[in-house]
Amino acid sequence: MASATRDEWPLALPLAALFIVCFVAPFCVLLALSLHADAQARAFSVAQYAKFFGDTFNLSILWSTLWLAIKATLVCLLFGYPIAWVCSRAPARWQSVLVFVVVLPILTSVVVRTFAWIVILGREGVLNHALRALHVIDQPVPLLFTETGVIAVLAQVQMPLMVLPLFATLSRIDRNLGDASAALGAGAWRTFFRITLPLSTPGLVAGCILVFSACATAFVTQTLIGGARLVYMPLHIYQQAIGANNWPFAAAISVVFTIAVMIVIYALNRVGRTGKAYGDAR
Amino acid sequence: MATLASPAANVAAPPPRTQSATWDVRSQRIVFGTLTAIAIVFLIAPTIIVLLTSFTATESLRFPPQGYSLRWYKALLDADQMQAAAWNSLVVAVWTTLACVVLGTAGALGIARSASRFARIADVMFMSPLILPALAFGFAALVYIHLLGFHPSIPLLIVGHVIVCVPFVLRTTIAALAQVDPALFDASASLGAGRALTFRRVTLPLIGRGVGAGAFLAFMASFDNVPVSLFLADERTEVLPIHLWQQIDTNLDVRTAAISGVIIIVTILLMVLAERFAGLSRQLAR
Repeated sequence: MASATRDEWPLALPLAALFIVCFVAPFCVLLALSLHADAQARAFSVAQYAKFFGDTFNLSILWSTLWLAIKATLVCLLFGYPIAWVCSRAPARWQSVLVFVVVLPILTSVVVRTFAWIVILGREGVLNHALRALHVIDQPVPLLFTETGVIAVLAQVQMPLMVLPLFATLSRIDRNLGDASAALGAGAWRTFFRITLPLSTPGLVAGCILVFSACATAFVTQTLIGGARLVYMPLHIYQQAIGANNWPFAAAISVVFTIAVMIVIYALNRVGRTGKAYGDAR
Repeated sequence: MATLASPAANVAAPPPRTQSATWDVRSQRIVFGTLTAIAIVFLIAPTIIVLLTSFTATESLRFPPQGYSLRWYKALLDADQMQAAAWNSLVVAVWTTLACVVLGTAGALGIARSASRFARIADVMFMSPLILPALAFGFAALVYIHLLGFHPSIPLLIVGHVIVCVPFVLRTTIAALAQVDPALFDASASLGAGRALTFRRVTLPLIGRGVGAGAFLAFMASFDNVPVSLFLADERTEVLPIHLWQQIDTNLDVRTAAISGVIIIVTILLMVLAERFAGLSRQLAR
């Protein structure tokens, strides 16, 4: 008799059907539309892609979007790793409190969080006031509508996506390994870089992938903090689709953007596998 | 015997507490502790600042506010458009959550312990909305429903939300299932319980908290969704995040801070409930 818990995969069929009809099919239609010279033309054409790659403006937007997301991911890593590390070593009571604090921002509406940063970063905002009160600056410095501002806000908004997978991996690492390393004479930092860090690679890569893709596509934060002058891919798609009503071109931009994000995610996965193999080899 | 015992004793002995070793440990604690402290301030400060600003008595968003009052919260009572948008958001989020729980739980049960190829491909497909650009999906959905001859409406918006929110239910439910001993299901079956009875009396109580945490996340994700709503909602079916986004982008006023305050307070209350009934923090850190 087959076990009652096995071969229950037909239960996933309704969701699979929904995904094929409402997720895979729309992307196929999008791809098809991007291969047309205009919305009416029936002939196949790569004109939209030629247009995209023929203009350095489009390429610079693509590049600055990916670069923005990479920088925001690195900031998340710099601060997110220590939180996860402290979390995994904290007593159970404090763990809940810390996770609660980390999760609060991601569950508070992204529009609200971004709005909060406008209050902080504006010309008359909290930060400019504080810096002037401390006589660090005489004139208000522009923080809103700058790339630095966007990176800071993205890092704050997406930090939980880095901390949660890292925390999960770090708390699964056998604590005896660290003790063994110490007993064998390795210092705290050496143990961290040679034992803890390599073993936490799966969580680290998962966190980086989630944060990177969230930052690349963070329409609200990019438009409200970046303003109209800093154009990133999501706004570019939106402007071409809704503003200019140029659907085939918007479709081509969407396809290029999706593929570019997938390439970075693939690369991160490869780095993760190499890192893990490196850790295993030691 | 003595020769065998001595290396073991060496390994078990505490690390030598030399000056450099304690400094090593201490410097690590200082570095990680400082970064964590900065990060926690960085994570919480914006929420607190916007909450305090929303109680201002003046017309400016300056922090700290000059005097406190509830005037902007009272002003919300007359903000008809905002209320309509909030109602739409609530309706969409509730239906999205219900659909996500039913489809997501079934999907998780289907793929969690199946070794079939179908299950692995389905797993990748179900999770991809989390990492692919949601805005590209939003636009693809708009093009798709146009091709099929439909117009943006609440039901279509809900379908779009289900696609991007169901991964949350799947993830927490699969994680909960992974903690359950499969022998329990076999035991239930061998004692004569049918599939439905096993699901109701064994499976559901064991994974309920995982499903609950996923439902909570799906609800919040739907209520907060912009990339899909941006394309699938029009003036009639405007949702709250889009309304707020447009308001902040065009004419920023203090009512935005007040509605933000309402959202923050409701979120914290829901989080406390989710923590109590679904053990949210443990579900998330898996």
